[in-house]
Amino acid sequence: MKREKTSLLKNNGVQSILASLLCILLGLLLGYIVLLFINPTGAWDAISTVVKNFFTYPSRPAAMKYFGSTLVKTAPLLMCALSIQFAYKVGLFNIGAAGQYVAGAGACLYAALAWHMPWWACLILAALAGAALGALSGVLKSYCNVNEVISGIMLNWIALYTVNMLLSRVKEPASPYTNVVASFNSSALLPSLGLGKLFTNNQYVTIAIPLSVLAAIAVWIVLGKTKFGYELRATGCNKDAARYCGMNEKRNIILTLVIGGALAGIGAAFLYLSGYEQWQCTQSSVPAMGFNGIAATFLGGLNPIGTVFASYFIQHITSGGAYVDKTMYCAQISDLISSLIIYLCGFVLFFKHFMNSRIARKEEREALKEKEKVAADSDAKSEEGGQK
Amino acid sequence: MEEQYAIEMLHITKKFPGIIANDDITLQLKKGEIHALLGENGAGKSTLMSVLFGLYQPEEGTIKKDGQVVQIKDPNDANALGIGMVHQHFKLVECFTVLDNIILGVEPCRKGFLQKDEARRKVVALSEKYGLMVDPDAYVRDITVGMQQRTEILKMLYRENEVLIFDEPTAVLTPQEIDELMQIMRNLAAEGKSILFISHKLNEIMSVADRCSVLRKGKYIGTVNIAETSREELSRMMVGRDVQFEVTKKPIEPGKVILQVENMTVASKLHHNNAVKNVSFQVRAGEIVCIAGIDGNGQTELVYGLTGLEPLESGKVTLEGQDITKASIRRRSTMGMSHIPEDRQKHGLVLDFTLEDNLVLQRYFEPQFTGKGGFLKRRAIREYANRLIQQYDVRSGQGPVTTARSMSGGNQQKAIVAREIDKNPELLVAVQPTRGLDVGAIEYIHKQIVAERDAGKAVLLISLELDEVMSVPDRILVMYEGEIVGELDPKKTTVQELGLYMAGAKREAEHV
Repeated sequence: MKREKTSLLKNNGVQSILASLLCILLGLLLGYIVLLFINPTGAWDAISTVVKNFFTYPSRPAAMKYFGSTLVKTAPLLMCALSIQFAYKVGLFNIGAAGQYVAGAGACLYAALAWHMPWWACLILAALAGAALGALSGVLKSYCNVNEVISGIMLNWIALYTVNMLLSRVKEPASPYTNVVASFNSSALLPSLGLGKLFTNNQYVTIAIPLSVLAAIAVWIVLGKTKFGYELRATGCNKDAARYCGMNEKRNIILTLVIGGALAGIGAAFLYLSGYEQWQCTQSSVPAMGFNGIAATFLGGLNPIGTVFASYFIQHITSGGAYVDKTMYCAQISDLISSLIIYLCGFVLFFKHFMNSRIARKEEREALKEKEKVAADSDAKSEEGGQK
Repeated sequence: MEEQYAIEMLHITKKFPGIIANDDITLQLKKGEIHALLGENGAGKSTLMSVLFGLYQPEEGTIKKDGQVVQIKDPNDANALGIGMVHQHFKLVECFTVLDNIILGVEPCRKGFLQKDEARRKVVALSEKYGLMVDPDAYVRDITVGMQQRTEILKMLYRENEVLIFDEPTAVLTPQEIDELMQIMRNLAAEGKSILFISHKLNEIMSVADRCSVLRKGKYIGTVNIAETSREELSRMMVGRDVQFEVTKKPIEPGKVILQVENMTVASKLHHNNAVKNVSFQVRAGEIVCIAGIDGNGQTELVYGLTGLEPLESGKVTLEGQDITKASIRRRSTMGMSHIPEDRQKHGLVLDFTLEDNLVLQRYFEPQFTGKGGFLKRRAIREYANRLIQQYDVRSGQGPVTTARSMSGGNQQKAIVAREIDKNPELLVAVQPTRGLDVGAIEYIHKQIVAERDAGKAVLLISLELDEVMSVPDRILVMYEGEIVGELDPKKTTVQELGLYMAGAKREAEHV
């Protein structure tokens, strides 16, 4: 019985989950402490609101509807997280996912609003735009030895301002926002296939949600089960060995960033083609989606399936933050709380290491105790024997 | 009066989950002696040294310094007791000068300003006293491996350490540098320093050590006086059985030409001259041709050019009559070229992969391992790995799913040898295949190489070890400054003659 328990604790997957939960708890605690400093009376309410998110609605239909909305924003976050994860497994840090996401948003919205294309064409264009940006980083990395982090960050800004300029041509005359997709070209909206009905007729719930989960499974299969994934992982772990055994490591690096870029681009299409948000053509910061993907992928223990749940959690608290009482706290408080938690999510690997060393120490101590016990037993026995 | 010991490690036992790394080991280092610690990979030498350095706490046993029981809880305690170590892989800051590296951590300061002149005087005095030639102002990245090692030794002397530990110090040195190091160690011992010399090279131990303690599989086998022992006895103590030093080969008549290299020239990555200059040779079926030479004379680049890792400047390479000068690495491999690389951790293995994934590294794309749709056939890979593990006796903690990183160097090398030989190549290119391995593993790998030759395969061996050069091949080609300067018959030549060619003092007219 006891042995089973220790082997469970040693299991890598269980450890990842525990470490992630620990991060979440610490993040919430830290958030609570910050709230206490700002305004102690409302702190408990505020933190529980963040955690409750849509459960704050008393009626079940309303809660379901907003659960749906949280899921709508989870899908793009998951895609960004997968983009980063895919590259990370190949030894690349795709911080350019944020820019690839922006490129995807620009491509799908322009295709929908200017060219009146159907949703699937917009989706493909978004993927291609993200992939093109990824390819740029990949080519720079493999042929000019430019670090993908540097080129990624610079391309993020280039993508943002290019997309702002491009989408200014399809924006509402009186506002900085792009035209509403639903009214200008409803064929560009992702089909719902009746999924919206499950969430109290939430019209933003589309096939994007199941598709993003399928993408996670696909990433898991490609990396773990295929020849292609084997080559990519070998290149990521040791590019000299990959070259030695005849793999084309330059091609692999470019392909990885192309696929990562496509994933992030599709993520953007999943949000903007659901009609949930309009693009603000005057925004001067890269959308946080791509960066939050970094936290989601680490919180998910660098496992595509874990990342599904991690992405949901991060979106859950981000959405929940919007319900915090604004009379007690300033409007930015929700972002502050969620960013504290997201920040701590980066510590998953650290906690995992910490737990491992604790377990090892405990085992050593127990082994020592057992030995002493055995020695004591044998002493007692020999004494008994002597008495007889 | 009792004999004076600098360090005594008495009845040390250190256990790890599932393994007893040190089982009741006693090691006594006399003042002013050179004491060798001999054992195969995994015998417990490193664990014992880690205990001495306070990196591990032993379950049982005591450590005495100058007869006093001491507690060593961390490396700082070890330093305070005057114990210093030259690690196998040097711990130097590449972009610092030699002097900066020596004073690193104990910088002489006055009011926050470095007092380098003082330090320089001390370093120069030390280097003269012990014959340790270094240039204090050279950057570490620019100096030879031998000088880097002398810098490490000076680091210990600068800190006035009394007990000096050398962990496999000769693994990275050329024959000349080894001789120099031996002389330095003798000087240090003569000045009263106590030296612990960790090695598995019997010749070196025989030539420099006063006494030798032997470990095998975590157990203490015994301590012998070098003057009263022999190479054979030491190896028997280390391995637990008689070891064959002679390589036995059946006579064989070389067959058709497998590898033909004509006028090969390869550029150097380090300097503007070519590393390989207009080299021509051939290797026939059923013979082992060895390229000998001091490290850095173009052997690495020659292999890179041959295997496709680097392009040729000019020349032609033919494998079994087919021109492969411009062929890809993968093409060369599938055409029958196997390559045991010089650096097993850099090129030979993906250390974070499992053993089974490493064993199919050259063949994963073959239909037997990759099915339709690009999916890996995991079961076939497992079966194949199990067969290789059994056949080539690759030992690891968890069999095919062991992470390659956690395996010992000898078994990592065995895995590579298994992978490359099981491909059934026409040409085997083996680059320093026994580098850093113990006697048992060396014997095993030599047998495998000779078996390939006896099976009628062509073998090109690149070696820096004189023992290997003299015993394994059928022909020796000596390389000096990128050129082949002589061809020797190992049965007719002597080590002295070989050395003259290697040092560039002699060359054959036909090879000029």
